[in-house]
Amino acid sequence: MSKSDLNKRAIESLQTIAQKWYDQMKSGVIPSINLPTRTKHNIEFDDESEVWKYGEKESTRSAGSAKSAMHILKMAWVIWFLKKQIGENRSSTLRELYYISEGWKKAKFGAQDESNFLIEDLEILTDMQREAFHLRPEEDGATIFGAIELKEVTRRGERTIHCRDDVGEAGYQIPTNVDTIDFLSHDARFVIAIETGGMYARLIENGFDEEYKAILVHLKGQPARSTRRVLNRINDQFKLPVVVFTDGDPWSYRIYASVAYGAIKSAHMSEILATPQARFIGVQPSDIRDYNLPSDHLNERDIAALHSELSDPRFATDYWKEQINLQLKMGMKSEQQAFAARGLDFVTKEYLPKRLSDMGIL
Amino acid sequence: MVLADELAKAQRSISVAEFFEKNKHLLGFDSPTRGIITTVKEAVDNALDACEEAEVLPDIYVGIKRISGDVFRIIVEDNGPGIVPAQIPYVFGKLLYGSRFHQIKQSRGQQGIGISAAVLYAQLTTGTPTLVISRTSAATPACQVMLQIKIETNEPDIISTQEIEWDRAHGTRVQIEFKSSLAAKKRLLEYLRYTAVVNPHARLRVDLDDETETFERVSSEIIVCPKAIQPHPHGIEIGQLQRMLASSDGQVELFLVSGFSRVGKKTALEMCQIAGISPEKSAKKLTPDEQRQLIAAMQQVNVPAPPASLCLSPIGEDLIIRGLRKEFPMDFVRARTRPSSVFSGHPFMVEAALGYGGKLPPEGNAQILRFANRVPLMYQQGACAITGCITEINWKSYSVSQQGLPVGPLLILVHVASTNVPFTSESKDAVASIPEIEKEVTLALQDLGRDLKQFLSRRDRNRLAEDRARAVCAIIPEIAEKVAEIVELPIPDISPIEGRIMRKMVVKKRLSGDTVTIELNNYTDFNGTVSVYETSPDSAHDAEPKADFVTSLDTEFTKVWQVPLAPGASWKVTWKGRGGGNLDIRGIDEGKCVVVDLNV
Repeated sequence: MSKSDLNKRAIESLQTIAQKWYDQMKSGVIPSINLPTRTKHNIEFDDESEVWKYGEKESTRSAGSAKSAMHILKMAWVIWFLKKQIGENRSSTLRELYYISEGWKKAKFGAQDESNFLIEDLEILTDMQREAFHLRPEEDGATIFGAIELKEVTRRGERTIHCRDDVGEAGYQIPTNVDTIDFLSHDARFVIAIETGGMYARLIENGFDEEYKAILVHLKGQPARSTRRVLNRINDQFKLPVVVFTDGDPWSYRIYASVAYGAIKSAHMSEILATPQARFIGVQPSDIRDYNLPSDHLNERDIAALHSELSDPRFATDYWKEQINLQLKMGMKSEQQAFAARGLDFVTKEYLPKRLSDMGIL
Repeated sequence: MVLADELAKAQRSISVAEFFEKNKHLLGFDSPTRGIITTVKEAVDNALDACEEAEVLPDIYVGIKRISGDVFRIIVEDNGPGIVPAQIPYVFGKLLYGSRFHQIKQSRGQQGIGISAAVLYAQLTTGTPTLVISRTSAATPACQVMLQIKIETNEPDIISTQEIEWDRAHGTRVQIEFKSSLAAKKRLLEYLRYTAVVNPHARLRVDLDDETETFERVSSEIIVCPKAIQPHPHGIEIGQLQRMLASSDGQVELFLVSGFSRVGKKTALEMCQIAGISPEKSAKKLTPDEQRQLIAAMQQVNVPAPPASLCLSPIGEDLIIRGLRKEFPMDFVRARTRPSSVFSGHPFMVEAALGYGGKLPPEGNAQILRFANRVPLMYQQGACAITGCITEINWKSYSVSQQGLPVGPLLILVHVASTNVPFTSESKDAVASIPEIEKEVTLALQDLGRDLKQFLSRRDRNRLAEDRARAVCAIIPEIAEKVAEIVELPIPDISPIEGRIMRKMVVKKRLSGDTVTIELNNYTDFNGTVSVYETSPDSAHDAEPKADFVTSLDTEFTKVWQVPLAPGASWKVTWKGRGGGNLDIRGIDEGKCVVVDLNV
């Protein structure tokens, strides 16, 4: 779809929402919107695309109460603003949108969370990505290191970049809008996505990428949409297996889940953001036991998070049930860098190769 | 010499004063901080009691001044009947001396320990004698006495006495100096505030180390002084009966009829019959066995409850509410005065009040105000039967959260009035657990709880309706405007939505630019005339239509329009001004009308 077609479609779908409200009011009905309930109780596995999406549960927001009326008023202002922005071919960041609303009197946002949430509502209602509304996320994408070549459309023209030979020690920085890059070729056997910068740097320093033909992707904690989109595209285009390497605690399992199954917050776009083939490599609770890793006691919040995961449909597999129950029994958690206790080379020479061959990747 | 002889040398009688010197805590003088509160409390109690007896509206001055270091001078002055010069030394200089101990009626002080204990405390901590000025009428001069207590004998020690000029026509002033601290200043003010609440007929002026505060009276009604009554046959013990018999000089029948309340001839004869004593027998000559039989018989016979209306003086629901409202701004206040009741022959009455919202602290435990015979109980809240009753009640069923005590912006007042309030100790801080009293307290509070629940649910309903009104009348019009701009069509008319949802008379006030608009839309079947009252600094002389009448007070103008409205009709007024102020609609049921200020 050409850029102008995309703009036209975006304006049209925004306009449709407003038109519905207009017609409602014209016929004496209180304006309202229907949205899927955005909780873990309303995500379902879609067999066809193998990702988790929002289920059937919907909630109606009707302007009959002050709170919901405010929500609709704010949404009307945002639609009005986006329509203008797309028409003028300008763009803004989510944070800028929050500040722009300062001038909107009653409809001004109280916090940025509120405007972000509202934009997600619009994505769901229109079935389009926020990028189509010329909204850029604030979060910067993570970095890639390894034998992969890509082409990026920059403001100064097209650039072809090899993500090991053409970049510095830190790797290639993924842009916020991934649709501006094309992946050209690779010389790799798998992709490993790493939670912490320390472990990412350790793998680069130890030459893990060359020795095992790996593409390293730094997740930077909970991964941004662009990072997840990159993993989805590499997996889809080159059919390379993806493994996720995080700390051994409940919060890190959620990082894996958002890569593999999609996040609850963005379940409406799971199809293009999630990588259902991604597999969890570690740190597994059983690794803490088997390698006798240095560990910390689980605190109350950790335990609550583990219990919450047991009821999360994304973790409803025998593998995760066994691992989470084991962790609850041990009452321990470990960071991925805890492998350093057995020497700096242990993780690249022993742990990862063994896990990768167990998983049938090496 | 045997050991017993040796010991006998050390054995001697102890004066009451000596006893209390060693047991200060029994009287509430256990610490310097507390001493100051106890002293003020005793002096104020006495002053209020005296004014009540003289049937004058109490006008009481309390002054506390730091003299040097930790020495404080406490002055309490009243406009009571005064004390005759000959009695002054005994009232202030002898423990256990007083007029009320032998009377059966509701009073604040009783044993005559309180104020003389303060004199004793001053003597022990600073050695400064206490100064008393008293005047009984305008016709006699005032008498000033400096005195102390002779600790060994519990007799007053008069240091000087002289006639002086005094500006009050009658009244008493006591000035005591002792070592203390003002650490409990907040508590002291609390005590005085609580006193003002339950004594709405009193004016209290306080001069607290250069900080002054006045608790004004809210009622100028002189409260009727409770009358003393005879003891009730069910509330008497053998020792008292023996004393009464010894001082009597008639037959048993007459003794019973004249010596006890609610005992008539018939009841007296029945008592004599059960006891197996001839009614004609001389009361004085009953043998110890007969005395025991008589008291047993007195308990068996059914005697009506003592005449509480005479000897008790409840504050009354209306005055409690006025007293509370004056000191604590609240959204809801209700009070209950329970019918009088009896425990072990002592008449008593329970009064309670519940307050909610307003300026009460929204979090933390409810504020509890405990009173016994119009005296605030400031200490040992946890040990008090009243607190026990409050904790036992299930407040959750009245929509109030609870963690032991109820929690939230709640105030609970409980007043126990009795001829003999049962305290847990002589410092009179906590009411003892008497099942009859506990039952009355619980019933009163449960009754009030039901009122509170009703208030809270009505308030929540109103909030919901207001929330809806705000959405429909203030936000939907803006949605309409914005949506019309997006779809590039004319602004839709949303009055059908307004009418359908509200089914009320909708009153909207709006300021746009310098134009104030008030709009009434009648979506009900109401057919009549409403009055629109608007009070603000706008004079609205250019109002269209003109106000039917205008009154002004300081810089505020109240404009009134009489508006006839048929079902479905609307009305509008505009003027140039700055808006703000109050808008009130009268003449239509409050539930049928909703007022929305679009600029809020």
